[in-house]
Amino acid sequence: MTKYIIRRLLLSIPVVFAMILATFVLIQALPGGPFDTVGERAMPEHMRMIMEQRYGLDKPLYEQFFLYLKRLARGDLGPMMRLPSQTVNDIVAQTFPVSFQLGILAVLLGFAIGIPAGIIAALKHNTLLDYIATFVAVLGVSIPNLVLGPLLILVFGVYLKWFPIAFWGADPPFILGLFPRPTAQFWHHAVLPTVTLGTGLSAVVARLTRAGLLEVLGEDYIRTARAKGLRERVVILRHALKNSLIPVATILGPLLAGILTGTFIVEQIFALNGMGRRFVNSVSEREYFLLTSLTLIYGVMLVLGNLMVDIMYAWLDPRIRYD
Amino acid sequence: MAEERKVEPPAELFPRKGRSPLQDALREFRRNKVAVGGTAFVLLVVVMAIIAPLITPYDFRTTNTNYTRTKPLTPYIVTTDHLPNCHWAGTPLEMGCTVFLAGSDALGRDLWSRTVYGTRVSLSVAVVAASVSLIIGIIYGTISGYAGGRVDNLMMRIVDFLYAVPVLVMVILMQVYFKALARQGATGFMGLLIRWNKAMGGMLFLFIALGALNWIGMARLARGQVLSYKQKEFIEAARAIGASNARIIFRHLLPNVIGPLLIAESLAIPGYIFTEAALSFIGLGVDPPTPSWGAMINEGYQGIRSNPHLVLVPGTALTLLTLAFNFMGDGLRDAFDPRLRGR
Repeated sequence: MTKYIIRRLLLSIPVVFAMILATFVLIQALPGGPFDTVGERAMPEHMRMIMEQRYGLDKPLYEQFFLYLKRLARGDLGPMMRLPSQTVNDIVAQTFPVSFQLGILAVLLGFAIGIPAGIIAALKHNTLLDYIATFVAVLGVSIPNLVLGPLLILVFGVYLKWFPIAFWGADPPFILGLFPRPTAQFWHHAVLPTVTLGTGLSAVVARLTRAGLLEVLGEDYIRTARAKGLRERVVILRHALKNSLIPVATILGPLLAGILTGTFIVEQIFALNGMGRRFVNSVSEREYFLLTSLTLIYGVMLVLGNLMVDIMYAWLDPRIRYD
Repeated sequence: MAEERKVEPPAELFPRKGRSPLQDALREFRRNKVAVGGTAFVLLVVVMAIIAPLITPYDFRTTNTNYTRTKPLTPYIVTTDHLPNCHWAGTPLEMGCTVFLAGSDALGRDLWSRTVYGTRVSLSVAVVAASVSLIIGIIYGTISGYAGGRVDNLMMRIVDFLYAVPVLVMVILMQVYFKALARQGATGFMGLLIRWNKAMGGMLFLFIALGALNWIGMARLARGQVLSYKQKEFIEAARAIGASNARIIFRHLLPNVIGPLLIAESLAIPGYIFTEAALSFIGLGVDPPTPSWGAMINEGYQGIRSNPHLVLVPGTALTLLTLAFNFMGDGLRDAFDPRLRGR
């Protein structure tokens, strides 16, 4: 297994490398640069050239990329061109934990609701409960974040005034650089964004769990377990559940990477200082290094997520073996 | 001459008319009431999009600074002046009162007609993006699956690599590129595309971006299907009687292969609708004044406390359309799944 993990990690290096290379090249291909305007007016040509020279933007692309890699080897993700007082490392340190915390909470909520709901729907297959659960699940999948976010803000934030309508409840510095201080204010602020993100997720998880469990329950070994006289609960929890979670694990990898690096819609709606928003804004602001570094982080998370999913496959279904 | 007796052949020689799998699936689909409801709603929306000019009393583009942010169904008195100068001052309603069915947005445009024309945007995105990704995916997957060997290997390697590319990054990059290009203007082919895009209200580039980035799943599916059908006897028979490759592909493989792909594509349609709305939400979608529900939510979001209808109307429309497509896609998938037959 360890050899497999090492091999996967080594194989993923070229993929991530190609990803950041492609991003670096593509964003430089966009017309315009980071120093085109000063406020509302265009920056004078000679000043623009000086600024670009300062960040090495006048060099040929391959040389720029090579310099980027050299800096990367030192752990420096690059400078912020429009915010000279901060570096990309600073921005990542501020924004990644927020996206991470939100993402983890949303995933936990999604699974906490989705898996039991899917199990119940599968067990009470074809009854009213199943239809209701399926309907609610499709509804949860269909209401986009765009709509659910403002709706929740309106109902719970404005009318009922139960929860605050914007901002994240924890500011840097974070514990271990990543975790928030679990104060009441944190949880208070965290509810609405988490529910917005987590509802769609729990709907997807519920549908997959239900489908997977339905399929597994028809298998022979379940019949054997029942024939052995085991209690129904043992049959399901010990024998059926692990295998039925395989479709869920499949979507988990890319999903985790996406959610952990920020969903810009939710961050925009709740005015959270997260990675997703920075990501989108960096394109229009032409922050080359920020975008490349964020893509790098996203790529790494994707690789780790997929790897984790494959390891989970092996745990869920012992018939799957890697060597 | 003996009269010819009509001899009835025994009934077993002529079995009852058989049912094709397609008819089976359609029957299953019809039994699924939710799916039928979803399809009906989609059809209703299509009709609305087509007859949009008939059901919208006001043009979706006309701004009017006298009517900004009006509430739904609230009448505004119109005077005989050319520029309506209306105040709700408790005076009795006169003839020709302006009533916005769903209120108006911050620029005084009718929300109802913007929502109705927004159906055109969402539906076109759904259809075009789905078709583009389906066509590219089928072509790529069929070539890869049918060719086999090194070609197949190479093509799949490329696909595996492209699979890792974050779709959202690429879409955002493409959209920013297109918009910057449109601002600058260009000659030749690009210029033609830019003019075409402008004529379509900014939708062409969006179609290209969305369709060109989601074909990978289709390609994989198509290849899998082609691989599994390639070995079957009827293909071998066709080849034995000298059918050309093209004929085998078009006449024998594609009709069998296309079924699961259509279903997969219709399941992806809600994703396209949502992506278009999300892109418009951050300003990277269609160009104003083309109405897009995502852009409308973005505009209305700031004033959600005082004017919730600015967000709720397009939001409800978006949700209902996505819901309908989801039900339809689920119904299609369940109807064609042989394991769920005869539940």
